[in-house]
Amino acid sequence: MTRRLDSLWFALGVIALWQALYQIAGDEALASPWQTLRQAAEMLASAGFWNHVEATFEAFGWAVLLSIVLGLAIGLVLGFSKLAGEVFEPILNALYAIPKITLYPVILLFFGLGLPAKVAFGTIHGIFPIILLSMNGVRSIRPVVRKTARALGLSGSETIRTILLPAALPEIFSGIRIGFALTLLGTLIGELFASNRGIGFLLLRAADRQDVPMTMALILFLFVIAAAAGAGLLAIDRKLHHKA
Amino acid sequence: MSRVALLRLAVVVGFVAVVELLCRLGVITPLTMIPPSAMLLSLVHLIADGEVNADLVFTLTNIAAAITLSIVSGFILGVIIHALPRLRRVVDPLLAAYYAVPTFVFYPLLLVVLGVNRLPLIVIGAMFGVVGMTVSTIDGIDRIPRVLMKTASAYDMNPITAALLIKLPAATPHLFTGVKLAVTYSVIGVVAGEFILSIAGMGRSIAFAYNDLDNTKMYGLLLLLLTITTLLNVALQLIEQRLYKRWGRA
Repeated sequence: MTRRLDSLWFALGVIALWQALYQIAGDEALASPWQTLRQAAEMLASAGFWNHVEATFEAFGWAVLLSIVLGLAIGLVLGFSKLAGEVFEPILNALYAIPKITLYPVILLFFGLGLPAKVAFGTIHGIFPIILLSMNGVRSIRPVVRKTARALGLSGSETIRTILLPAALPEIFSGIRIGFALTLLGTLIGELFASNRGIGFLLLRAADRQDVPMTMALILFLFVIAAAAGAGLLAIDRKLHHKA
Repeated sequence: MSRVALLRLAVVVGFVAVVELLCRLGVITPLTMIPPSAMLLSLVHLIADGEVNADLVFTLTNIAAAITLSIVSGFILGVIIHALPRLRRVVDPLLAAYYAVPTFVFYPLLLVVLGVNRLPLIVIGAMFGVVGMTVSTIDGIDRIPRVLMKTASAYDMNPITAALLIKLPAATPHLFTGVKLAVTYSVIGVVAGEFILSIAGMGRSIAFAYNDLDNTKMYGLLLLLLTITTLLNVALQLIEQRLYKRWGRA
């Protein structure tokens, strides 16, 4: 109960701060919480908006799928082969850490404008944490688990399916959670440049037109979706880690 | 050099060689990508002509400012949140979901609020970096072994001495993870801002070169930026390894 009350106080505090900032900064810079909410309601009611949402999530869906499938495949291979893992880990770490936004011209030159560029952009953001964490997940399986599999006389594929994957699952899921967030980030950034559809495009257009309430409404929309998805995945993540 | 390091070098060199070959054979046209050797040549020219100096200095100072800001404020926030359990319970899920929210959506707003100068770039870089540092600070304080705190009270240390001599060193490995995150995210925030807002700096130069279809210059700039960020990260990783060795858990 205290916890809910605390959350409520916190939310009220944030809204009060927002309103105060609005009073100081004025109409050109910010929209008030109420204006933003009204604009958001209007936006959600318009059919055109959902076309853009669909465009974003089409690209995002493909990018997440590619990140997970490719990331898991590469990560598992590197996790099972000690040598390959050691050779590639620093390279992957370096790739993970580079600011991928700098690669957007390269992606555009290779893929042109449109869906493939957005998907590629989302994928290069999301794939590395998935590779790295699933590799680590496989590596950190306790040897006794593998020995059990051998003692039970399981075949290679049985061992992977029934022993190794479940054992590495918490870590793999953490990778997918982080990859999911970064893929969304990448897809949206891709839309800022490489697109005339999607939420990223709407955001850039609203900013160009200095339509502050629209910009804020879009930010709020993205914030709610991303935070909800993030919190949901995190809850699953914690449960998996707790069980393991 | 160990066998692993040699193999790693072979992989990298092999990859570059394949790309070079594909470019030279015309499989990848110069309109898409120039050969790696040409990128290197362009990079050398850019530095020799001093053409990029101003942009480079602009970007690097922004990054330095953003990193400093995010480390300092992230540390302070972490300490405060850790000290207030009720606040922490409320904020915890928000901190955890933070990186799921694309912070760059605030660029247009910051531009209006702070003006067309380097400030929005620094602020966005710091906004990106600060939460990584905050979370790591909270983690670090959480994991200070209790026996160390008992030692502090056995020695009758006052809170400040205990914080400096016991807590800070004990939390250092975690704090360093935070520093690493703050650096990575600050770099991304600043460079991304330069791209999107086109105020000045390396990000803008790359965007301009792209718009001018000047691939030679663009790939030279890209190579320079990626080399710098990679060196930065390698340096951080080396420091981290040494820290962990010193703290006896390699």
